[in-house]
Formats: sequence, C-alpha cells, structure tokens
Amino acid sequence: MSALKQYTDLFSQYGERINAASSAALNALRPAALAALEGKELPRKGSEDYETTDLDAMYAPDYGLNIDRIDVAADIDEPFRCDVPNLSTSLYYIFNDSYHGSGFTSGQLPGGVIVDSLRNATGTAADIIRKHYGTVAPIGDPQVALNTLLAQDGILVYIPAGVAVEKPIQLVNLLRANSPVMTNRRALIIVEPGAQAKMLVCDHTQSDGIDFLNTQVVEVIVGKGATFDLYDLEEASERTRRVSSVWVRQAAESNVLINGITLTNGTTRNDYHIEIEGEHAETRLLGMAIGSNSQHIDNHTYIGHNVGYCHSNELFKYVLDDEATGAFTGKILVAPGSPRTEAYQSNRNICASNTAKMYTKPQLEIYTDDVKCGHGSTVGQLDQEAMFYMQTRGISCQEARTLLMQAFMSDVIDGVRLEALKGRLHHLVEKRFAGTLAQCGTCAAARTCHAKIKK
Amino acid sequence: MTAMLEINDLHAQVEGKEILKGINLTVKPGEVHAIMGPNGSGKSTLASVLAGNPAFTVTGGTVTFNGKDLLAMSPEDRSHEGLFLSFQYPVEIPGVSMVNFMRAAINEKRKYYGQEPLSASDFLKLMREKRAIVELDNKLASRSVNEGFSGGEKKRNEIFQMAMLEPRLSILDETDSGLDIDALRTVAGGVNKLKTDNNATIVITHYQRLLDYIKPDLVHVLYKGRIVKTGGPELALVLEDKGYDWIKQEFDGNKGE
Repeated sequence: MSALKQYTDLFSQYGERINAASSAALNALRPAALAALEGKELPRKGSEDYETTDLDAMYAPDYGLNIDRIDVAADIDEPFRCDVPNLSTSLYYIFNDSYHGSGFTSGQLPGGVIVDSLRNATGTAADIIRKHYGTVAPIGDPQVALNTLLAQDGILVYIPAGVAVEKPIQLVNLLRANSPVMTNRRALIIVEPGAQAKMLVCDHTQSDGIDFLNTQVVEVIVGKGATFDLYDLEEASERTRRVSSVWVRQAAESNVLINGITLTNGTTRNDYHIEIEGEHAETRLLGMAIGSNSQHIDNHTYIGHNVGYCHSNELFKYVLDDEATGAFTGKILVAPGSPRTEAYQSNRNICASNTAKMYTKPQLEIYTDDVKCGHGSTVGQLDQEAMFYMQTRGISCQEARTLLMQAFMSDVIDGVRLEALKGRLHHLVEKRFAGTLAQCGTCAAARTCHAKIKK
Repeated sequence: MTAMLEINDLHAQVEGKEILKGINLTVKPGEVHAIMGPNGSGKSTLASVLAGNPAFTVTGGTVTFNGKDLLAMSPEDRSHEGLFLSFQYPVEIPGVSMVNFMRAAINEKRKYYGQEPLSASDFLKLMREKRAIVELDNKLASRSVNEGFSGGEKKRNEIFQMAMLEPRLSILDETDSGLDIDALRTVAGGVNKLKTDNNATIVITHYQRLLDYIKPDLVHVLYKGRIVKTGGPELALVLEDKGYDWIKQEFDGNKGE
C-alpha cells in the first residue's frame, strides 16, 4: 500500500469526525483535496523535484492523528527550550497542530490586527478565512492536498491595510506526545496593502524520543506596497520529520523577506514558493542549514517573476558534517513579458567531513529579454589556508573551525531585519557549531567532500 | 648562551618534491638573522615548515625550540610556545572580525598557560596599545581579518598581531614585499620597537632594503634548499651589489653541475 492510501483510507473512515472537530472553511476544501489525491502517490526518492527526499517513505509509518482535538497542551507553563527568548514579541503557541493562543490579549495588537485559530475563529476572522483559505497553495501538489485533507486547525494572521505592526509576531510550534504523531498544521497570513509585519515561527520538539511527522502548509498574501518578513526556524529533534511548504503571493510594490533556518532537525523538506504578481516588488529569500550526524535537509525554492520591474535575491547556505545530506533546488522563472527583471540566486555549501553530501540544482528559466539574472552554486570545504593562518595565531583547530563556519553563515544572519533576532541567531549558530560540529580529530588531514552537482 | 632555535639537517617536501635539503641554523635570544636567496630557493618553505603548515612534509632532521621538539607540536602550540610567522601573503578571512580573531588568539594562549581569559576592557586596552606601535587604523579592528586591507595595511596588521602575541621568535616572511617606503619604515619601526634581548627575529627577504631598517646580526644565503653562505651584515650589501649569480656559480660550480 502506498503511504498516501493509508491517509485517504483514514479519511474515508473518519472524515466526519475530522470535519466535526474543524471549521466550515477548512472542511469546504476536503472533497477537492480528496479528488486531487485520487490515483496519486506521494513522490518517491528520485521523482522530479524530489531527487533526494522520499516523501512516500516519510509518510509511510503509522502515525497517530489527534482527530478529536484532545488538548495536549496541559501545562503551558512548563519551561520549554525555545532558544529565542527575551525577544519582545507577541507570542502564540501551537501544540502539535492545535492552536493554543497565548496569555496575550488581542487588545494589545494594533487595531484590526487578528491572530486567531483557523478552527475556532468566528465573525470577521471566520469570513477572512473563508475568503482566502486555500487560494494560494495549489491543491494539485500532493503534499498540499494531503495537508488540506487532514488539517483541522492552525493560525490566522491578518494585518489590515496600512497598519504597521511594530512588535514581531512569534509563533512557537511545539511537538510533544507519548507516541508517534502526525501533525497537519495550517497557517494563513494576510498582509493587506500598505501594511507591515514581521513574523517569527519556531518549531521545537519537546519529546525527543518520539517520532513526529510535522507537516504544514503556510499561505501568505502580501498586498500592494506591504512589507512582510517571515523567519522560519527549525530546532527539532533527530526523530522529527518535517514537510513544510510556504506559498507566497506578492502584489505590486510589496517587499517580502523569507529566511528559512534549519538549526537542528531529523529529516526536513521545505518548499518556498513565491509568485510575484505586481510590478516593482522586492523579494529576498534566504536560507541556512546546519547538518550533522545523519540529518537531511532539502530546501526546494521557486520564485516566479510573472511581471516586469521586480527584483529578487536568493541566498542559501549549508554547512554539513558527519553523514549529513543537504539538497537545494532553486528555480527562478522569468515569465514572458517581464522586462527589467533582476533575479539573483546563490547557493554556497561547505561539507566539513568526507562523508557529508550536498546536492545542488540551480534552475533559471528566462522567457523575457532585457533582464538581469544570475545564479551560482558552490560546494567546498573549510578554507585550509585560513585554518592554518588562525592556528599560527594560537587559535585551536576546533575554535578555528567554529569561527570559519560561523563566518560562513554571517551573511544569511545579517540579512535578518530584526536586530534582536540577528544577535540571537549569531549566538545560536555559534552554540550549534561549538556543540556538535567542532570535533576535529582528523582536522589536519585533508577532508574531501563528495559533491554532486546537477545542472 | 643557549640556543633558542636549533635546526639540524632539516629536509622537507611539498607534493613529493624536495624543497629543503638539509638546513642547519642556530638562533640565540637577542639575535636578528636575515635569510636571503633567489626565488625558489626555499625561503618561504622554511618559514612554513617552522610554523607547521600541513601542506609541507618534513622528511628528515630536527628542530628544537626552547629545548622542545618543535616539529612534534601543532601550529597552535608552536604559537603558544612563542613562535610567530608574519605571512608573505596574509590570509583574508571574510566574516571573522579582527577583534574576535585576536580575542580568540589571546585567550587561547592564556588558556595554554592556565590563565583566565582577558576581560573585555583589558583586551580593548591591549588592542589600543599595540595598534599604536604600527599606527594601525582603529577602523580596521572592526573589519573582517585582512579583508579589503591594502598591501601595506595587511603587513602592518601582521606586525600588530606580533605585538599582541609577544612571541619569542618572529619569522618575517618577505614582510617588505608590496610596501612603499613609508609603510616599510612603519613596519620596520614596529619590529624594532618589539625587539628585546630575550626575543629573536628571522627576516626573510629578497632585497637588502629592509635590512637598512632592521639590522641583522647574521645574513644567510639559501640556495637550492641549503644555506650556502653565512656572513655579517656586509654580505647583504654584496648581494645587493652583485646579485645572486655569483652565489649560484660558486655553489653549482663546486658541485660540478
């Protein structure tokens, strides 16, 4: 049986209960999702766009689902290891895939701003969800369809036209359970014309010994002249599998920054899909992945320049050690009739061990003249000359490695448009490198990397 | 006086090619040695091997530094023990600030000697003091190591690091290359200020002009991986005047090549 079938079967059996514990807006799309999955399979390793990540295998185990929405939050006061504390944010929680809100009352948000549950929203919020839910993420994508079929809750963030939200909105997704669980989380973010907001989303696993399949679909609508930042940070356990897709629609003159950061994880597949639909828009897509042990990180990105006069800049960096594998696919499409497009993409990677592997696949498709586009991709090792230079100054091999790896990531971190988070990230990355990636028993020996570059 | 550095029949190769073919050299505290020689004679290789560059393989001989086996030490321990190499081509390290780089270097040395890390204020005070020795701009301290530095700034930065680390033996590898006369004076002035009776300097250079500023006690000529001539400061003047051809003739002639 394909992995997908166990979920469609589950839906046939428990569809009513799933609907009963969700909302009308979410339920409305389930029939279409089921139809879209009819006769389909989840992509297996080697399928197009899934060269290194086996979605079928990731979904195959028999995970439990919290169909009846039993409250697992229990004691929210229990300290959890969110490593981005002391940031002054408006903080919200999702436990597994159930929205849990916060102690924070919406009265403190600027007028008209809504942060609410996709399941329990009423009134205006429910109207907004009904209008926009499922309008950005395409149901033809099997991961989206499966999430749409099963998702019962998630978060709505709505910033009305012209409102600037000063304080970042932080969403902490906590995974905790006593037995293997699949989460199907949904986020709908609407930034209306002229509005401004920054959002920080942190994924954490609290139950390290439990297997999780953590899936999410994030839909983002950014209106004309609006500015939106999304920092998508994963600090999960090695037994967590994450399948996430972020779908962004950008209107004219809007400015979007997305930064996907994988600090610790098990197996991760991230899709960042941005459609630029109005002129003079700006897009900055950044990403950073740090892999050790047998972690796997696959970032798949798409930026569609569908109109002219827009500017996109994409940078993804990986540092991989031990047996870790990384994959990056970055597609930029410049559609016909999109003059004066500027689109740049760069993927730079370091394999710090001779068993780490990096797969990188830049793709540029240009159907308009008069554009400036470029892409570059490199896989290398730590700079041995710099290592030696530092050692001659008394800096140990281990410390030199940490400094170089951290330095390598600095431009991704410096792209963060949130000072407090920038400082925090520098610290987290330093800690991460010093903790697990600095062992250098074979430091002096030349280490090679089996890089495989696909063109 | 006992020797600080004693090199005995040192052989080294890179990528299977033998570059050093039996170097003998003794350096005592307070001395300044100049090593000169034509291109490709092995001057920089000697500097790299002494500093512990893993690109070179030592195939024979011994090096004793303050009574310890230098060749058995890691590059960082050589530094802690008091060896310093001023690079001919200082390496740029984008993303690592000079301050962080220097702080790591100073504190690792302190750790080696069982001392607590320097406080932030003491460290900055030390940086300020030492910077003055080579007139290094304060702005460079906040920049990435050597990144975007001019040729002169890079060399001054090397001597600044030397001042910070207070080595017992400094090897200056072609420190004069790429310097205009003013920068040369500043750099040489810095080296002279740091000179004491307890430390020593090996100046590797192609030209005599640096030796006008840093006065050597002994001048050695390195050719084809061996020291073929040793003399006083006057030897450098002869080389400046006559070039290296007569050395080559003398040496190659003697060997009947």
